[in-house]
Amino acid sequence: MFDFGVWTSAINDFLVGLFHNPQYDWLVTLIECVIIGVLVLLTYTVLALFYILYERKLCAWFQCRLGPMRVGKWGLLQVFADMFKILIKELISLKNTDKFLFKLAPYIVITSSVTMLACLPWGRGLQIINFNIGIFFVLAVSSVGVLGILLAGWASNNKYTLIGAMRSGAQMISYEISLGLAILTIVLLAGTMNINELVLAQEDGWFIFKGHIPAIIAFLIYVVAATAETNRGPFDLPEAEHELTAGYHTEYSGIHFGFFYLAEYLNLFIVSGIASLMFLGGWMPLHIAGWEQFNAVMDYIPSIVWFVLKAFFISYIIIWFKWTFPRVRIDQMLAFEWKYLMPLSLVNIVVMAVLVAYNWHF
Amino acid sequence: MDLLMQIGNGTLAITAVLTGIGLVFAALLIAKLISPKSYSVKKGEAYECGIPTRGESMIQFKAGYYIFAILFLIFDVETVFLYPWAVVMKDLGPQGLLCIGIFLFVLIMGLAYAWRKGALKWA
Repeated sequence: MFDFGVWTSAINDFLVGLFHNPQYDWLVTLIECVIIGVLVLLTYTVLALFYILYERKLCAWFQCRLGPMRVGKWGLLQVFADMFKILIKELISLKNTDKFLFKLAPYIVITSSVTMLACLPWGRGLQIINFNIGIFFVLAVSSVGVLGILLAGWASNNKYTLIGAMRSGAQMISYEISLGLAILTIVLLAGTMNINELVLAQEDGWFIFKGHIPAIIAFLIYVVAATAETNRGPFDLPEAEHELTAGYHTEYSGIHFGFFYLAEYLNLFIVSGIASLMFLGGWMPLHIAGWEQFNAVMDYIPSIVWFVLKAFFISYIIIWFKWTFPRVRIDQMLAFEWKYLMPLSLVNIVVMAVLVAYNWHF
Repeated sequence: MDLLMQIGNGTLAITAVLTGIGLVFAALLIAKLISPKSYSVKKGEAYECGIPTRGESMIQFKAGYYIFAILFLIFDVETVFLYPWAVVMKDLGPQGLLCIGIFLFVLIMGLAYAWRKGALKWA
């Protein structure tokens, strides 16, 4: 498979060659960091725009509608129009809000999702942050995002946003446990937390196939927990519009509201991306043992396409959830996590540990 | 790959955080420059649900799920403890299974106790 590391090394060599002098190494690093920052920013925006259209189109098709059709061919330019419209909306400053926290909340929400995005490997040699505790770092950063939501709800000086934020907090901390335990099952199987090594370990078979039934159960738990973690689907209680107006971001206007909207879609991509990295082999192509021609054709498809398509596939399932299932009640949701999902994932871990201890996996 | 090894993960993480802050800051700046501004007293009030707000909003209120937050602390820390074990599980073999079995047993008993006491019931 093509290694994108060739490109990054070429850029590095070019920059180092440009200055000739080792004392300018800090300048090279600075330029490279700026390039990385711009790339992350571009990816973030393009993904967010794509996801808004993706969800609107899918939602329309699930409901036998056409979705946006007027702006551009098949409504493809609709998102750009929406984005521009949200930029030219007035930023209303309210009287009784906690001004500092009100303005701080979008920073926290966006920063946590940008940092998570930078941790995902997109292809062979195409990863930015590569900690050896990678997946754990992603989990840790994802729980920072909930702080932003709690702050937004509290600082708005509005009873409904407060209730929405509290619900969001309860939901996100509860489902984080199942999410962590589902990922733990795969860490158990792979014996590493480095995301890149996790993907490389799936060269001879994706973990969902390698890990027998426990891996499949872990995958299902992960998808349910991820749906709740992103405040989506049947678990969108923090934004239940007929109870809470619009949930924790009711009082935000213009681009301020847009940040929460962006972060929500990006979090959808990030959880789908992690699902594809942990269970579906990340950027590894689909191989079927003993079917050489098929494998050779699959190897031709670039790794980045594999990763993105898998992530979009998981997102498709999560969006499907949202437009199919009715919203659950908060007590049902918390009971589902604590009485069913978490005990199940604990048992699942024990089963997986037995499999690993006696080497019964492939 | 080599390039990113040279820069170091800490620097890259800081770059990502700064990128996030930069994104919000730049978008807010653009919005401030091109968006219209007008002032009225009514506009500064909380929208809430469309009718005038009654009383204070930053109040103490009863969240029926505060117990879950306490339970979360226990189980999240448990997950953190399980991660290092999961990484070395392959080398430990059956012995590691036994040790973590005792740890998990105590925790599951704790969950069962909380469940029995009605902590997981909607109050």
